[in-house]
Amino acid sequence: MSKYLILIFQDEAAAQPPGDTVSANYRAFMERHAGSLRGGVALESPVTATSIRRNDGGEPTVTDGPFAESKEALGGTFLIEAADLDEALAIAKQVPAGIGVEVRPVRVVS
Amino acid sequence: MSSAAGTEVARAVERAHREWGFVLAATIRVAGDIDSAEEAVQDAYASALATWPTRGIPTNPAAWLTVAARRRALDVHRREATARRALPKLLDPEPEPVDELVEALDGIADERLRLIFTCCHPALAPEAQVALTLRLVCGLSTPEIARAFLVQEATMAARITRAKRKIRVANIPYRVPEGEELAPRLAQVLSVVHLVFTTGHSAPSGAQLTRPDLSIRGVELARMLRVLLPADPDVAGLLALMLLTDARRPARVDEAGELVLLADQDRASWDQVAIAEGVALVTEALAPRPPGRFALMAAIAAIHDESPSWADTDWNAILALYDLLRAVWPTPVVELNRAIALGFAVGPEAGLAELDALAADPRLARYPYLAAARADFLVRLGRPADARIAFDESLILTDNEVEREFLAARIRSLGDG
Repeated sequence: MSKYLILIFQDEAAAQPPGDTVSANYRAFMERHAGSLRGGVALESPVTATSIRRNDGGEPTVTDGPFAESKEALGGTFLIEAADLDEALAIAKQVPAGIGVEVRPVRVVS
Repeated sequence: MSSAAGTEVARAVERAHREWGFVLAATIRVAGDIDSAEEAVQDAYASALATWPTRGIPTNPAAWLTVAARRRALDVHRREATARRALPKLLDPEPEPVDELVEALDGIADERLRLIFTCCHPALAPEAQVALTLRLVCGLSTPEIARAFLVQEATMAARITRAKRKIRVANIPYRVPEGEELAPRLAQVLSVVHLVFTTGHSAPSGAQLTRPDLSIRGVELARMLRVLLPADPDVAGLLALMLLTDARRPARVDEAGELVLLADQDRASWDQVAIAEGVALVTEALAPRPPGRFALMAAIAAIHDESPSWADTDWNAILALYDLLRAVWPTPVVELNRAIALGFAVGPEAGLAELDALAADPRLARYPYLAAARADFLVRLGRPADARIAFDESLILTDNEVEREFLAARIRSLGDG
């Protein structure tokens, strides 16, 4: 079994769904794949992000905004466990993402 | 050993190199990953060179090599497991000879289908899919692949290393897709094999028009798929297309290395055996309704191959096949070829009108054959000045030196008009 992080991308300008409940399509996805899901988060919009970069002297500098400016904003993640990439992709294809998703293998570190 | 025996063994090992994909595919699941399997297979070929002179060439070299490679992979595994457990290092026993164990391939499953599906996984970059297929299934070396694709050896090595690392880290499975996954994945495999062939058939740049090595590898891959998927009409269609196209290879370039158009080729030099085999496959490939793109392209090639002369070409049949092809495979290049067929079936004026309509398509803006086809119709319509402009345009867009020389000669033949 391998772990994969599904990064969910949406249009930065897209309106956040109102309310604080999971939308019906995401709820359906999560119920369908409950056996594979190991975690996940929904993110507030990138305009609420704060970045910390190391300057040339190695000192942390705090700035407003996301780390990388992009119209395709990271909207949330799912952590899943799957037998292989094919199984992970089959699950990831069903994420009701606005733009699309990126599937990344989770690095095994000890 | 006598040097004659040595030469014979060297030749047998060289021949056995064609079995590289089979041996590697059968070793991967034992080795656990591609890199260690490749090492084990390399060792097996080396030990064949070392032991066959004294023990004799085995009846079935592929089986011998597979057993040797698997054993080697298992040994490495065991040694690594031992090292991990930090046990005192055991003496490495002399590996027992494998010849008497394997006289046939009966017990060894053909895993090459798994291997090619892994090489052509859509999660890998398209150029990496081609490179991996040539390296792992065909057994080409990285320098050979780099030369075939005219890239630096270091670039190709990095491309292959990156792809193999992704297979390992992302856990791309070693399996044949099933159910509704199979059709799109097989289509991808066939595209890669087709690309290997077409890169060999018409080199995009460089001094030679064809790189026959790649064409041959493409045909071999299609033959392998035909053995492994004998009932698939798209596989039959692709093999037919390659055979029917490659049959004309001896006539495509003249003794001076210059391009010879289909119209001017010496049809007696076409490979009739390949044509007969291709025509039989086309019949089978055309069975589904609608037929697949490779079957239709093969059927078009078959009409040319079976036509006794250029003048006898049945352009109406070719046009009808292009109409079917554009419905299942609507690409600008198909539209272009259909327009050319129309020009021969109906007349140059009709063909030119179609080509002019296509010229607006930005996807064809840098495609040299569009301008060359326009030039050709303009010549037939008695408009040499316009033809010259179109030939010039085509010349600007062409990198292949043989094709450039051909276009330059066409321009010269127009005179100073």
